[in-house]
Amino acid sequence: MKKSLLWRLLAVLLVFGLFAAACGDDDDDGAAAGDDAADDTGDDEPAELTEVALQLQWVPQSQFAGYFAAVELGFYEDVGLDVTVIEGGVDIVPATVLDSGGADFAISWVPRGLVPREEGLNITNIAQVFQRSGTLQVSFADSGINSVDDLEGKNVGNWGFGNEFELFAGLVSAGLDPTGDVTLVQQDFNMTALINGDIDAAQAMIYNEYAQLLETINPDTGELFQPEDLTIIDWNDVGTAMLNDAIWADADRLEDDADYRATAVAFVEASLKGWAHCRDNPQECTDIVVGVGTPFGGPAHQAWMMNEVNALIWPSPGGVGVMDDALYAQTVDIATSQGILASAPDDGAFRTDIAEEAVANLEAQGIDVTGTGFTKGVVEIAEGGE
Amino acid sequence: MLQRVTRQVVVFAVFVVLMGFAYSGYKAFGQSIDDKQHDWWAVGSVLPRTDDLNMPPILDILAEFNVIQGGTDKVLGRLLFEESLFTLREAALGFAVGTVVGMGIAMALARSKPLERGLLPYVVASQTIPLIAIAPIVVIWGRKNVDFMPWEWQDWMSVSIIATFLTFFPVAVNGLRGLQSPRPENLELMESYAASWNQTLWRLRLPASVPYLFAALKIAATASIVGAIVGEISAGVGGGLGRRIFLEAQRYTTGPERLYASVIGSAILGIFVFLVITGVERLVLGHQGREAVT
Repeated sequence: MKKSLLWRLLAVLLVFGLFAAACGDDDDDGAAAGDDAADDTGDDEPAELTEVALQLQWVPQSQFAGYFAAVELGFYEDVGLDVTVIEGGVDIVPATVLDSGGADFAISWVPRGLVPREEGLNITNIAQVFQRSGTLQVSFADSGINSVDDLEGKNVGNWGFGNEFELFAGLVSAGLDPTGDVTLVQQDFNMTALINGDIDAAQAMIYNEYAQLLETINPDTGELFQPEDLTIIDWNDVGTAMLNDAIWADADRLEDDADYRATAVAFVEASLKGWAHCRDNPQECTDIVVGVGTPFGGPAHQAWMMNEVNALIWPSPGGVGVMDDALYAQTVDIATSQGILASAPDDGAFRTDIAEEAVANLEAQGIDVTGTGFTKGVVEIAEGGE
Repeated sequence: MLQRVTRQVVVFAVFVVLMGFAYSGYKAFGQSIDDKQHDWWAVGSVLPRTDDLNMPPILDILAEFNVIQGGTDKVLGRLLFEESLFTLREAALGFAVGTVVGMGIAMALARSKPLERGLLPYVVASQTIPLIAIAPIVVIWGRKNVDFMPWEWQDWMSVSIIATFLTFFPVAVNGLRGLQSPRPENLELMESYAASWNQTLWRLRLPASVPYLFAALKIAATASIVGAIVGEISAGVGGGLGRRIFLEAQRYTTGPERLYASVIGSAILGIFVFLVITGVERLVLGHQGREAVT
């Protein structure tokens, strides 16, 4: 009796094992949405392509359209690269992944690259793609918040986790004490608290959460919220903006490994070519992002994001991807004055030689690398971004 | 047997419907007094607000399962099913490894008293490590260092390790208890036969531990789903229910129904794995299972 019990258990386990094995095989190329994260070691690619893994800070969305476009349109292949894009997660710090060898390049906001660098990771910013900051503080027009001064005494939402630096610096610049003159409220990464009235001003990325508001029905009117219903504080105008998305590389490898440096130039060149393509063909790039399976909102939301992200990159008077010294100085200034960085980073924190080489190569191909004539398009808002 | 199952299903269904009524009833009440009235100060302040943004109508949530999602040609129900398979695969691997590891620890601890005294505190302490602290480490470690395996390491396997981390603990603790559960007279009988420790293990201790093991496996199965979901949120592996829940929370403002539907989806997955283990338990133990563990 006791013995048969064990045998029965083993039999059931065996059946389960076989079943699981059978399922496993089916799943591998079927439903799994995330297989793109896996790097196939050269199946049927020509042998001369160099494998490159790119770590994003977040899930596929138009914020990264240039890289996806470069993959889908073969720009990377043209320069001899086989690029695998790895999506980010809540606790994934791109700088750490990069430094530990989990990726060859990483996309990260500048402060989020500089802080780990100060802590000892030897990474360096090789291309400053976004020339502006996308962070806003959004309020309803009837709350009377039109400038930073008006935030005094209000409930001010922010996401925390390092997203609050521009806000704090902005408050300080207006003579307000972030810990005493406003009530800081930890905000979810959405606009619900603002609509609920729990906060008077909400943190929002112009390309994401701000659009969410415009894609939401105003319960008072039954129509979508309109830009006139809202007022925004743009940190670029206040002068406390910090630099956003940049391409980071492993500084040690750049020094020691000439092949890696050549790969970096090729990677930056093809990436910037992707961004230039997205500037001229925003709809095509939106479709590419939707096609690679963005989990984030529908096509209309991605089209909005594409348009706004383009406006953060273009125009790039000094050439796309080349660091704007004034904005870098401003970013470092805020980071040190806010205690984010103990001291200003050394000269190795960014280098422009790779981006300049890439830009020269692109110019030789006749590609517009400054986007001087760029103006933001008009994107139709759809409820829920669908 | 069949009758009992039918009865349980009916009771469960009635309970679900009652919860639905409670939700809708509270919502309707809150709406009728426009939240935050003085006499009912808790409604809409301590308790949730009742407007459609904060408490979408149940019918809207259910209808959302059948709405084609932007950027795809699939309805949400279908997408959630696919995400469930992704999560289930991570959880199943974690569950399997966790069960083997847990049982191995239990046997080692049962074998040696000093080992039990020395190691058990660490087994317990392991559960106090926050998952989000180890998730990124595991992902990076897996991507970079696991090339000694005969197959290629996939990011989702890192999530399985996190599920393993939650799974092995109940199995180890309950398994140990099960292995120590034979009564002294039974152990003395084995001793009088001059049975070796291994013989006692196979013929007495392991069979006696099976009911305890199933109690642990039911906890472990749901824990493996929780571990997989948490791991997905944390580690960014490109799929799964955890990732979807997090992303729907991020665009909650434009579609609260989607988040509610996703949470319901993961609840269903948790119930499903629990039922599978319960079914296996019935198959293996028959009816004696109920009496064995008191």
